[in-house]
This record gives sequence, C-alpha cells and structure tokens, in this order.
Amino acid sequence: MEQGPAAGSAAAAAAAAAAAAGTGGLLLPLSETEQQRYSELFSRCCPPPEAAAGGSSVGELFRASQLPPDTLHQITEVCGAKRVGYFGPAQFYIALKLIAAAQSGFPVRIESIKNELPLPRFMALKNDSEVRYGTPAELHGAKFQVPHATLEKNSYKRTDEGDKQEPKSPPMSPICSPPASPSTYQRIPLSYGYGKSRSGLEQQHGAPYEVRHSTHQQDGPSSGNYGAKPALGSSTLNRSLSAEREQPESSAHYSDDPWRITEEQRDYYINQFRSLQPDLNSFISGSVAKNFFTKSKLPIPELSHIWELSDVDCDGALTLPEFCAAFHLVVARKNGYQLPEKLPETLLPEYLQAASLKPIRDCTLFDSYSEPLPGGQQTRDFARTEKASAEEVPDNTALLQDAKKEDKQALKGSTALKTIPKEFQHLTVKTAAQESNALKARPRSRSYSSTSIEDAMKKGEEPPTPPPRPQKSHSRASSLDLNKIFQQNTQAARSGWLPPPPPALPPRPSVSQEVVLTQPPSKPARRKLRTETQGLETPELSPTIHVTSSLPAVKPHLPVQKQSSKQKRAIQTAIRKNKEANAVLARLNSELQQQLKEVHKERIALETQLEQLRPVTVL
Amino acid sequence: MGGGDGGGGDKMAVCIAVIAKENYPLYIRSVPTENELKFHYTVHTSLDVVDEKISAMGKALVDQRELYLGLLYPTEDYKVYGYVTNSKVKFVMVVDSSNTALRDNEIRSMFRKLHNSYTDIMCNPFYNPGDRIHSRAFDNTVNSMMMQVC
Repeated sequence: MEQGPAAGSAAAAAAAAAAAAGTGGLLLPLSETEQQRYSELFSRCCPPPEAAAGGSSVGELFRASQLPPDTLHQITEVCGAKRVGYFGPAQFYIALKLIAAAQSGFPVRIESIKNELPLPRFMALKNDSEVRYGTPAELHGAKFQVPHATLEKNSYKRTDEGDKQEPKSPPMSPICSPPASPSTYQRIPLSYGYGKSRSGLEQQHGAPYEVRHSTHQQDGPSSGNYGAKPALGSSTLNRSLSAEREQPESSAHYSDDPWRITEEQRDYYINQFRSLQPDLNSFISGSVAKNFFTKSKLPIPELSHIWELSDVDCDGALTLPEFCAAFHLVVARKNGYQLPEKLPETLLPEYLQAASLKPIRDCTLFDSYSEPLPGGQQTRDFARTEKASAEEVPDNTALLQDAKKEDKQALKGSTALKTIPKEFQHLTVKTAAQESNALKARPRSRSYSSTSIEDAMKKGEEPPTPPPRPQKSHSRASSLDLNKIFQQNTQAARSGWLPPPPPALPPRPSVSQEVVLTQPPSKPARRKLRTETQGLETPELSPTIHVTSSLPAVKPHLPVQKQSSKQKRAIQTAIRKNKEANAVLARLNSELQQQLKEVHKERIALETQLEQLRPVTVL
Repeated sequence: MGGGDGGGGDKMAVCIAVIAKENYPLYIRSVPTENELKFHYTVHTSLDVVDEKISAMGKALVDQRELYLGLLYPTEDYKVYGYVTNSKVKFVMVVDSSNTALRDNEIRSMFRKLHNSYTDIMCNPFYNPGDRIHSRAFDNTVNSMMMQVC
C-alpha cells in the first residue's frame, strides 16, 4: 500500500540528501518513518513530474498543521524556500521538520530540528491509519473543519489507493457519512425552492459539498485527475478557508455533536420559518409544516417520527425552536444520520429558545419583558390571544388595559402597527380547528410567559389612568368586527383625535366614548355571529352613553391641543384600537370554538344514530 | 397463562389493542408473542361486547356516555377491558386473571394514558386517521404497560 509513495520516497530521499547538501551543507537526519511521511506529503503537494511543490497546496498543508501564521512564515523563511523562491524537496522536508518542532514546542530554528522529533501533525490530512490526530480536543475542534477539509484530503488522496479510505473513515465516521450524500444536502436547500435564503450559507456549504461530490464521483485512483485537483483545491481553498475562519466561532458550538445547530443553520432555519410564518413568536400549523417537510422527499414514516421528536408539546403545531429542531433532524437524516430515539438535548425547545435569544432581533418574546415595545407586546398579545381559550379572555382584557397604559410611554410602533393588521388577516385565515388545537395546548406553554408579561406590564402601569374607563372601551370594542376597527383607525387618523397627555384625564374617555357613538349605527349589521355578545354589550353601552352625553362639552377643548403631540396621540389611539381588535379576535376565537364543539357534538350524535341504524357491522 | 407475572405484576397488561371506528385494528400488541393469534381473536370477539355497551347508551347524549367501559367479559384465564373515545376509536386491554392486584382505577389510568398517547399521535400531521400506528412514542407507552416476560 505504500509502494507508490515508497518508490517515490526512495527517489525523493535521494533527492533530499542531495538537495540538503545544497542548502549549505546541512545534513538533515531523517528517520525511516519521517522519510516515508515526508515523501508522501511531498508527493501530495507536488505532482511527480515537477520538482517543486505547488505553493498553494503547500500552504494548505502548512495551515492544516494548525500553527499560527507567523510561525508558518518563520518556518518558510528558515527552511530556505523564501530564499530560493520555491519549495524544493529539501526545503519541504526542512519545513516539515520545523513544523514538527513547532508543534512540539521548540523554537523555529535549524538547531531544533537536529534532534529526534515526532512526526508533524496535520489535522486535516489522513495518510495512513496510523496518523495521529492530536488530542481529542483538537479533533473535536477540527470536526467541523473536516467536511471542508475533506475536500483537500480527497484531493491529496488522489494517488492513494481507494482502499486507504476505508481505514480513514472509522475515526471520522460521523462526519464522513455526510459526504455520502453531499449532493442531496446541496439539493435540499434548492429543492425547497425558497430562493430568499441563498445567502453565503448555501454557497459555503454548497460549494465545498459540490466539489466533494465530484471528488467522490471520481473514486478510484486516477492520477489523470490529479492535475485538476490542485486547481480545484485552490479554487475552493478560499471558500474552505473562509469557512475555516469561522470555525473558531462555530467550533465552539460543536462538541462531537451532530445534533447541535450552528449559527448559519439557525439563521437558515429562521428564514425558512419566516417564509412560512412571518411572526417568529407564532407557530406553524401541522398541515403547513407537513407540506413543507414533505418536499424534502423523506419517507412519510420518517417524517412522522421527526415530527414526533420535535413537537415536544404535542399540539400539532411547530413553534420556532420546534421547527428548527425538526428541520435540523430532516437535514441530518438527509445526510445519512440515523434518527435518534429521543430528541437530543441540544434540540430541545427550551435549549433552542434560550440560544435563540440573540439571533431573533425583532419582536422577541423575552426582550419585551424588560423593554416596553408595543410592537413586540402587541404581536405577543395577539399571538397569545390567538391561543387563549375562552376563559382567558378576561385576563387578556386586563392585560390589554395594562399594556395600553404602558404604550403611552413608548413612541415607536407605528410601523409595527401597520404590520399587525396584516397579521390579523393572516391569523384569522387559519381554520378554527387548528386554533382550537393550538388553544387547548397553548395555555400550558404560554402561561408562564403571560404571567410574567403581566408583571412587566404592571410595572409600567400609569397611575393617573383609572382602570374602569379603558375596560369599557375594550368590552365595547370586543364586539366589534375587525373591519370596524380598521374603519375607526382611519377615522381616528382623519378626524385627528388627540388622546391628551397622561396628566389630563377627563378628555381621554371622550375619545373612547366617541368610539361608542360610531358603534350603535352599525351594531345591527353585526348580529350574525355575536348574538350572545350583543346581549353583553348593550347593558355596558348604556352607562357609557350616559357618560358620553356629559362629556361632549370637554370635546371642544381637544382641537385646541398642540400639533406637536398630535402624531403621538394618533399613534396611541391607533395602538389602543389595535388592542381592542385584539380582544375582538379573542372573542371571535372563543365563539368559533364553541360552535365547533357544538358541531362536533352534533356530528357524534348523528354518527351514533347512524351506527344504530346500520343493520350489520361492517368488518 | 403462559406469560405469568414474573415481571412485577403491577400495571401490566397482556395485550393492548387499538381498534378503529370501522372495527379494524390500528394497533395490536401482545406479550407473549407466541399465541398472538389467540389474542387477536379475543380482541375481535370483545368488539361485539363493546358495540353492545355503546348502543346500550343509545338515546343518551354522547357526553353522558363514559369513555371507560369497564370489564367487557372475563374468562377463566384473563379479563378484557374496554374503552371508547368520542370518535369511536376503541381501546381493548387484556389482563391476566391471576393479576388480582390490578384495580379498576389502575385500569382506568392506563386507558387514560393510552388515550393521551393516541391524541398525541393524532396531532402529528403526517398521521392519517385510519392508518396503522407506527409511532415510537406510542410503542413506548404501550411497552410500559405490558407485562415484562423474562
């Protein structure tokens, strides 16, 4: 198995001895193993016909030794390559010996290599099965480098026999299995058809994998291909180097764990999630996720198992961390990993959620604990109320009024508000069945967040604003149709309603009261679904209407107010309107669920009757 | 019974089956694996009893019908318990007669666990109702209830 390189080594050794004489009479004593090793490396870096090693391949080799760059520069200088301008065999051997010395901790000087030294260690290269990989820590750190460096490895192995690859693969088997289907990995991002995530990620992963794929296809030694390899090596060297550069960050994330999600992968998954569901705090329903993952062409039982693993709360929907876990499992499966029996710890939603705090910048669930972000709160509120059961609606109104108070302090959110109506429409498109599924299970996962949100919001509560008033507006508004909310939003903008600054209390209710005034004319139109809520609303309306009659006098004061805070108030009004719309949706949701339950009951009763009527049980 | 209660003998069933609304099996698992056909036959005959019990409720609203059906019929070797969900999916459990430690409450709780696992399966969008059940989580739940044969 060493015959080819051995033959080369014999020639090279002779050349080395001769060349060594040429470097100023320095005789480099090389042990047998060293000679063999060096000659192999040299023949790798340098195709036989040439006398000098290619600079790029030598550079790769040196970098694979994991020495710092200035040490490598020193080595290059000392070995004489700089002087002569190329890496002849002598220079190469001296350089290798210096690398060994440096790795053993000796200074880079000619004197240090006169002693016996261990073989230099190159992390990415595997010549023989006896190659040492350094400490396990280095190995693990290099684990992720290997997929990119296997590219170089494969190119180096051109001249080796194919059977050499077998002994190499066991030490690196978990990572080598991905190469088994690199093309499929490359195809996955493409097959999903989501063009927006063609970031550097795909190019990075796609290109080395692609080249690896081509190297694997040319399995079996053919030195004719060898000429192409250095070209490939140098072309992809940049990419693999750039990948290697970020290895220090991502290698920190990688232990020997293929189930750990790297940052690029996480970003990719988040983008995919966004393409299915713009709100990162919400979830993807089962059918949507099913369609999405079916595109991966994995067999259905496997997808079923992946779902089982990743849908931790078993609610038929995937939150962002669950989705990331599922996607990661799909990717792993595609790359040939066997699916685990249990979800790995690094894929658990709690783990992923904690880790995902940084990447998710907009509208995070946790950020809004500390900062009053009305946009974040609102999306959270909406997400929460979408899932709240009927019992939680009163909680929501209480929360909403607290949130409202806090919203007055924050100014940002007009753009967030614009997006929220879209989310309304998006969310209401979901079937009631999904919502009921989600609702039943969601309270258990969201309850913790809602209680702490309550705490956070109560801290920002404004003392001056008395509670009952906004509540009235909420209960009134909760019977509003969604369209009415938007109409009122535009009305508010048009009429320029000015919510007064917080200290001035009396005018505030007038603004909310005016909402009432516009409601009665359109109330009969909304009778269809809200027969029960109407009954609730009317008694509440009458007291508010009384209040309204007393307050129109205050209204003329409003137009006198300043233009400077005009926008601010308009925004606050709009915020309030959206909160009300929020409550409306919660009501609507609960009503639809009740209807669903009734329909289910009817259906079951009917089926029972049918069963009874059927004369013979069909087996 | 050949299985014996060598494995602790508490909360252990000998055979657990999930039957679809149309009375074909979605999942059936028995311990000891020899004589499995006998259990299949037992479960099949128990379906008649299940239907009887369901129809006995008859006019009453579905809500008032309890999900747990109780002991369907005892034989000298074993007892058969039944449970029906609202969507007419039936769970049938065969327990060793000599296992006197098993109380009704425990059987109920076992059925409840089965039902929960079953709903978890239903939540999986890749599962089509009416398919045979191949879920590993469900297998684990069932295994935890089955008798351990040494």
